[in-house]
Amino acid sequence: MSVLRRITRSTVAALAVPAVLLALWWVLTADSESYYLPPLSQILSTFDDVWLSDRLAADVLPSLLRLLGGFLVAVLLGVGLGVLIGSLRRLRAFCEPVLEFLRAIPPPVLVPVLMLFAGIGDTMKVLVIVSGCLWPILLNTVEGVRAVDEVLVETCRCYGVRGRARLWHLVIRSASPQIVTGMRQGLSVGIILMVISEMFAASNGLGFTIIQFQRTFAVTEMWTGILLLGVLGFLLALLMRLFERRVLNWYFGLRQAQRGGSR
Amino acid sequence: MTSTTTLAAPARKSRAGAAGRLRGGNALLGVAGFATFLALLELVPRVGLVSPEYLPPVSRIGVALADLAGDPAFWTALGDTVRGWALGLAIAVALGVVVGFVIGTVPVLREFSASTIEFLRPIPSVALIPLAVLVFGTDLRSVLLLVVYAAFWQVLVQVLYGVQDVDPVAQDTARTFGLNRWGRMRYVTWPTALPYVLTGVRLAAAVALILAVTAELVIGAPGLGNEIGTAQSGGAVARMYALVIVTGLLGVAVNVLARRLERWLLSWHPSLRREVAA
Repeated sequence: MSVLRRITRSTVAALAVPAVLLALWWVLTADSESYYLPPLSQILSTFDDVWLSDRLAADVLPSLLRLLGGFLVAVLLGVGLGVLIGSLRRLRAFCEPVLEFLRAIPPPVLVPVLMLFAGIGDTMKVLVIVSGCLWPILLNTVEGVRAVDEVLVETCRCYGVRGRARLWHLVIRSASPQIVTGMRQGLSVGIILMVISEMFAASNGLGFTIIQFQRTFAVTEMWTGILLLGVLGFLLALLMRLFERRVLNWYFGLRQAQRGGSR
Repeated sequence: MTSTTTLAAPARKSRAGAAGRLRGGNALLGVAGFATFLALLELVPRVGLVSPEYLPPVSRIGVALADLAGDPAFWTALGDTVRGWALGLAIAVALGVVVGFVIGTVPVLREFSASTIEFLRPIPSVALIPLAVLVFGTDLRSVLLLVVYAAFWQVLVQVLYGVQDVDPVAQDTARTFGLNRWGRMRYVTWPTALPYVLTGVRLAAAVALILAVTAELVIGAPGLGNEIGTAQSGGAVARMYALVIVTGLLGVAVNVLARRLERWLLSWHPSLRREVAA
């Protein structure tokens, strides 16, 4: 009984505020004459027309593929270079100032720079996404590899764990909480870059379509685009969290055990 | 717990000693690394690996940097960017701290707002660009809308963590000593949450700079981002690279400032005291 009540209570708590906010939006804009703020009912009814026909394949899919491609390249590069830089102390000292500087450049300013090299095609957009996602992943990996437990390092040495097994089971495994943190930060930068590289120069994609709606003053369609981007951002963050749960299950368990044990 | 600290303490001491000995060598290596980086940037276009039209040799970018220093338009743009960043960050931090404390200290509010925060937080603030353009045009308010939206969540989430982290024993002790709600807020909750608040400020400062430059680049609000766009479309490649370097330096300055602030405001905090002692 009490379990049931707790579940109902948490469901109500989770849904109450969003429901109230949506209802408010719906009611307050119901007979809105404002040019910038069309009624929510109208936005929702245009949503399928605008996005669920051919735009899904023509604009949403290319955007997501570029994001996925850029993100994966950044993960491979970031983890690879991060493990290398993190395990060699001299190399780390050599690279650190340059990396600190490159990381500090706001990634959007690289859009015009990379446009020079790669034009305005897919390559430019993927490169922009890579150049933005790379730094958080790389620097977090370096930190994670640096902080590998000394006792585990010695243990591996004693048991003769070497080469690929050492890399996979010791180095990457111990650094994985930081690597995943870097991936999470990188993904949110990646979404921003996906959108603005398309807003800046493109012939298709989500960012391009939304800015096109704005330029032609199709305000209702523009609002559907903003909603879609919001939902996409939320879903990608959710996917990332599921991935984190799966990959770092052992880590959360370990931390809980340590906390429980120390009390 | 105790066994790990006793084990870790000597290890840390020996590592700190090694770090002390290595620090001089490390700084030298770092300088060498930077020099190599610059030399590469000079050589790659000179040898012809990349066309100098796309990547001018670093010496020419240096000249462009010097030209920028004498260009009043550049200083106005820099001022615009810094103003948008600072104003937006200040608003976001103030909002985040106030909202975070109110939500964090009232359990019912926290329970009921959690899902909304989780939903609104990952919405990329660039989604608001078209709205900002329509409503505010290329005004400073466009920049502020994007900066505040992006930076606010960083602060809010950290504040919520911080307020939650309050030690119940300390809270009860304060209550036993007769501190009222305000006193407990001031002497128990605030010091506990302060490290989290400052982490939030540091993260928000970096994000705010990214969004300020983005707004200028995409919307065309006056500032460094806009200058970069103009330089690129006008074919002033060296000037464009010089401006990119300036934004990088600005980013470094923001990071350093945020760390300084943290160190200064948290000098009493155990995590920093230990760092100084080691």
